[in-house]
Amino acid sequence: MSKNSRTIAWVIAGVGLLFGAIGLTWRITQGHQMANYGSYVPWGLWVAGYIYMIGLSAGAFLLSTLVYVFQIKRLERVGKLALFTALVTLFAAMLMVWVDLGHPLRAWRLIFRTHVTSIMGWMAWLYSSYFILLVAELWFAMRADLARCSDDPGLRGKLCSFLTFGRKDVDEGAIAHDYRILKVLASIGVPVAVAFHGGVGALFGVVGARPFWHGGLTPIVFLVGALASGGALLAFLTAIWGPDRGTPAHRDTVVFLGQLVLGLLAIDVLLEWAEFSTGFISSVPSLTESIRLIMFGPYWWAFWIVHVAAGIVAPLLLLAFRGRSVTAVGWASGLIAATFLTVRLNIVLPGLDVEELDGLKEAFSGPGLSFSYFPSAGEWFVFVGVAALAGAVFLLGYQLLPIVRQKEVV
Amino acid sequence: MPELLQTDSALVRMRGDIERALQKPVDQRHWVMVIDQRKCVGCHACTVSCVAENKLPPGVVYRPVLETELGTYPNVTRRFMPRPCMQCEEPPCVDVCPVSATWKRPDGITEIDYDQCIGCRYCITACPYSARVFDTGHTYTEGSPEEMEYELLPNFEYGREWPRDGGSPEGNVRKCTFCLHRLEEGLLPACVTTCIGTANYFGDINDPDSLVAEMAAQTSAVRLKEEMGTKPSVYYLI
Repeated sequence: MSKNSRTIAWVIAGVGLLFGAIGLTWRITQGHQMANYGSYVPWGLWVAGYIYMIGLSAGAFLLSTLVYVFQIKRLERVGKLALFTALVTLFAAMLMVWVDLGHPLRAWRLIFRTHVTSIMGWMAWLYSSYFILLVAELWFAMRADLARCSDDPGLRGKLCSFLTFGRKDVDEGAIAHDYRILKVLASIGVPVAVAFHGGVGALFGVVGARPFWHGGLTPIVFLVGALASGGALLAFLTAIWGPDRGTPAHRDTVVFLGQLVLGLLAIDVLLEWAEFSTGFISSVPSLTESIRLIMFGPYWWAFWIVHVAAGIVAPLLLLAFRGRSVTAVGWASGLIAATFLTVRLNIVLPGLDVEELDGLKEAFSGPGLSFSYFPSAGEWFVFVGVAALAGAVFLLGYQLLPIVRQKEVV
Repeated sequence: MPELLQTDSALVRMRGDIERALQKPVDQRHWVMVIDQRKCVGCHACTVSCVAENKLPPGVVYRPVLETELGTYPNVTRRFMPRPCMQCEEPPCVDVCPVSATWKRPDGITEIDYDQCIGCRYCITACPYSARVFDTGHTYTEGSPEEMEYELLPNFEYGREWPRDGGSPEGNVRKCTFCLHRLEEGLLPACVTTCIGTANYFGDINDPDSLVAEMAAQTSAVRLKEEMGTKPSVYYLI
């Protein structure tokens, strides 16, 4: 990471954290009154932000399994980066959904009083397992490098030394042993990641009351979306901060990631087309209404400009015609990863924005009894703050831990 | 019951029905509401009495009256549909709760444990009737020079005192309870007693002699969204 890009990233994260601090203060002092979601649209930006971030995590993690399970050499250099990205985005996703709870201090009940018929109950266990697995995997992936940087001067050396927990062998046997364990952990991780992100999709898919969410395809759409957005985030990070930048090896990794992202985006678009076209022509009025809201409702621009133009067409063109340029792949994947938030918003909100019974909209008025939702300033601030915190944690980890080759961390 | 009340009044008969039902074990009674849409004039008295009985804060409503306009001018009519919680026999809101904070009681009422609910609002999304609402802790006099003390008085849902002191049910999901706290004292739900045209019937459908069983058996009785298989305990006479 060059000093310039590091400074810019820290400034952006700092500003984001400042907004986050304001938003969090409002959340603490005003509770949920600072938000625009309520009874008719009970989930808003924070839930969309949560599925967005957890998707990034699942996608980045599943790409790491290409290294540790399927031994794809071209991605070997970014295995740790993928795992670390997955860990940071998992942390951000959990934080995002935690602030959304009506009683955040009761969150522990998700584990200790799990209701087995609730997909959300399962999620608590799957996320916990995934978190433990990720930490363990990252440790085994980094252990040899941690041992090597133990003698570095300053905080980095001390941290590396502490994190080895006394296991400092760097001979071939020890490294091979780490890799064997890593392969087992990553292999367990594949079904866990598929289960938890498919599970997030199922969380929506099982809700029969919301035709836009309901269906067997929803978990698959979530998984493919996770792979496309998480893969794009990894490609973006690799392009700007990946190991050995400027070398043919770096270019090769970025180009390969770009090709993967292109394929995943194409499958995602195909699924989206299938869902929207059948839904729009269907004879289920509330389903048609949800899709109409996405394409022609008050926030049509989020779909057409942010998602279709900036999140699909521009990256597809860049990846298809300039796919061998690191800069082009970086831009394309950055665009996909950033604009994917609108995909998540366009899953959560249109499912809720439709009246379940005629006349409900005008039947009674009061805070939260509205079908027109747009996130409040406070909601945006908290979202930006959580994303900035994730960015700051990423930057800290990147600088202090051997996530990419040491010589790169200038 | 005092002799004075031995009349043909539907309300008095339903009081008797409730008292009879309360003599039975809880799992042998099934509370049901029948709403006669032909008699409803859309006065919203039921909505207001529900708000008063349960001390509902701004944004929390258990029984709005939905109005729809039918036909085109000059041949127009309006239809009014009060919408309490349907107390479904197969409630979709119960299965989705991640912490078992809501369940079906043996007498058919779906209960929420405010102390257990984490406020995730998944159940709101799962209810096909929008019968669940989120209490964000508003008061009517907030922002005025003085917040009135009566706003902090407890409500008595589920037979317990719930003061408005920042704890539950603020931050919780809430819904109509069929006025369970009144029922257990032998009283009809507030909306039923307040209806100016006796458009509401309430009682134990398992009791063939009850007025509500008679009403629910009418051929004009329908339930909302039958196709979803939720089997509501609220019938509409259309």
